[in-house]
Amino acid sequence: MHKFKLASVVVGMSLASSAFAATEVEWWHAMGGANGEKVNEIAKSFNDSQDAYSVKPVYKGSYTETMTSAIAAFRAKQQPAIVQVFEVGTASMMAAKGAIYPVHQLMRESGQPFDESTYLSAVTGYYTSSEGKMLSMPFNSSTPVLYYNKDLFKKAGITQAPKTWQEVETTAKKLQQSGVSCGFTTAWQSWVHLENLSSRHNVPFASLDNGFGGLKTELTFNGPLQVAHVKKMGEWQKNGVFSYSGRTNDGAAKFYSQECAMFTESSAGYAGIKRNAKFDFGVTELPYWEGKVKQPSNTIIGGASLWVLQGHSKEEYRGVASFLSYLSRASVQADWHQFSGYLPITKAAYSLTKGQGFYAANPGTETGVTQMTTGTPTANTKGLRLGNFVQIRGVIDEELESVWSGDVDAQTALNTAVKRGNALLRKFERAND
Amino acid sequence: MTVTFPQKGLPWLLLLPQLLVTAIFFLWPAEQALEQAFYQEDAFGLSREFVGFENFIELFTDPLYYQSMLTTLFFSFSVAILGMSVALLLAVMADRVIRGKLAYQTLLIWPYAVAPALAGVLWWILFDPSMGPIALWLESAGVDWNHYLNGNQAMILVVIASTWKQISYNFLFFLAGLQAVPRSLIEAASIDGASPFKRFWTIVFPLLSPTTFFLLVVNLVYAFFETFGVIDATTKGGPGQSTNTLVYKVFEDGFVGLDLGGSAAQSVVLMGIVGLMTVIQFRFIERKVQYS
Repeated sequence: MHKFKLASVVVGMSLASSAFAATEVEWWHAMGGANGEKVNEIAKSFNDSQDAYSVKPVYKGSYTETMTSAIAAFRAKQQPAIVQVFEVGTASMMAAKGAIYPVHQLMRESGQPFDESTYLSAVTGYYTSSEGKMLSMPFNSSTPVLYYNKDLFKKAGITQAPKTWQEVETTAKKLQQSGVSCGFTTAWQSWVHLENLSSRHNVPFASLDNGFGGLKTELTFNGPLQVAHVKKMGEWQKNGVFSYSGRTNDGAAKFYSQECAMFTESSAGYAGIKRNAKFDFGVTELPYWEGKVKQPSNTIIGGASLWVLQGHSKEEYRGVASFLSYLSRASVQADWHQFSGYLPITKAAYSLTKGQGFYAANPGTETGVTQMTTGTPTANTKGLRLGNFVQIRGVIDEELESVWSGDVDAQTALNTAVKRGNALLRKFERAND
Repeated sequence: MTVTFPQKGLPWLLLLPQLLVTAIFFLWPAEQALEQAFYQEDAFGLSREFVGFENFIELFTDPLYYQSMLTTLFFSFSVAILGMSVALLLAVMADRVIRGKLAYQTLLIWPYAVAPALAGVLWWILFDPSMGPIALWLESAGVDWNHYLNGNQAMILVVIASTWKQISYNFLFFLAGLQAVPRSLIEAASIDGASPFKRFWTIVFPLLSPTTFFLLVVNLVYAFFETFGVIDATTKGGPGQSTNTLVYKVFEDGFVGLDLGGSAAQSVVLMGIVGLMTVIQFRFIERKVQYS
């Protein structure tokens, strides 16, 4: 024990000596690879822009690992000031009232200029309280779109990208006649084919405004629309219109190898596809069912946001607030958006990117933005706020897989998923009430 | 023969390091898990509620939990039996090699140095349905390989990936065991005209039984507890529930799902299972083992 004390004194002293220069703000994130380097670059340019604060980004692994280590650190009172949490962790973070420092409150109390109306509501909506106040700062958001192989389309004599699921089916059959073995594959099946399917058709995924209305929410994704879609996908899995390729984004391999001609995946997958596809590809909006909706609604986002944790000094929080303001600057946002493929979070960053001619030079990069900003978000399309959502997605994955393999019919599978998911919601309600 | 120490304190002092390690790394966490199993709490530890046996009741009324138990048993015995048979075969063959013996042995021990998750990724690439060399080869042989959809194939994949690295470990012990078999016995049997096959089954194999028994325990414990890295890197418990073993479920519910009470209850059940398994093995199987 004494050794530990000694060690912490030494660490404390070395931290204190550096604190004379600038107040250090720790930022735990889950951005690996090129995006991780970009994160370091952003922190560095912030640190260079002033000398009162120094933001120190720390890579903590995957989204799950980052969130779990931040929670473990909180329990040990060693938490960072800022942590990046993926969208499915939102309800858990929100419910932990004693652990988080809501962003709108932080900005006000630190005296930073902060106008919530400058942000894109389709993005921030996912992270606001029921009164519409921003609880966390969106950082990297994306939305699902349809990528298609233009070369294979040309070979099959198809001139237009499919807009509806009906067209996806006919397009896939034409492609198959021209020798392509699989029409489309998907990444993140629950996110694309249930969560976004529901929002695209303005149908609830869960009761009480998709969980925004409170912890008593219940899942409702076993309705006629979702059942019909999953049933059709089950048929498509048999005749090759659809080919299942795992729970994450492993399906990219099938798209790159031209085994599948279409791919439903996050708009943030653009950079990877551009790098790996040895063919001409296009990006179009996520299809909808014709006849089920007149005008398709906006899709919802995925990705992550930055949460501020309790337990730090006033001085550190002033640093956090000033960094969050810096992150929201149009130039910083536009650069991050163009570099990573994630959506811009402010209107200014969007128009700046447009003005720079980025979308014209990189066709397809605007699709996600326009699709997500279609109309005003409704209670069904604002986002999802469900406790234990990580596990619920796991349940959905399992049940969908039983449909793809032909073991269970769509209605039964979705009923089971709803039942198992509701049990998880009740458990969350109890632990957090 | 018993050794006696002059002072009473010395034996305890000598035992102290081991006792401390056991207390800090085994007893303390076990006690924590036991306590946690009777509570439900939010992820951040801001509120906590005593729920009695509720976490356990929930487990034992969940049909999926029983399914996971069966999956685990099947998985563990497959890994142990496959791993030990292949290792024994390799050890017998390596034992016969005279030239370049060390090189063979070293190469066979190598995979043990590979981290479980890495081993998982390696096999996952080899078996990837659209680009993995083994999957493509299987396809050309007429097998439709897709472990994303086919539960049995997913099980085969995790068994192979988990077994592969354990073979080295088993190999090492079998080889040492083989080298300890007195040459004179085998020579005597050869003079009496016993075939190599007969010599192996009537002399070598019985003499190896302490090693075999030890490895059975170690392999089962390995398959039960240390394979979640492999499963996480390959199938994540899917498709459906087909490779969701008990220990992977603990990891998923506790680490990913942040349901600490539920996952602690599962850990307690696992502790019970492993205790029971060890007792059964030592009481019933060990009797048939010949030590010398």
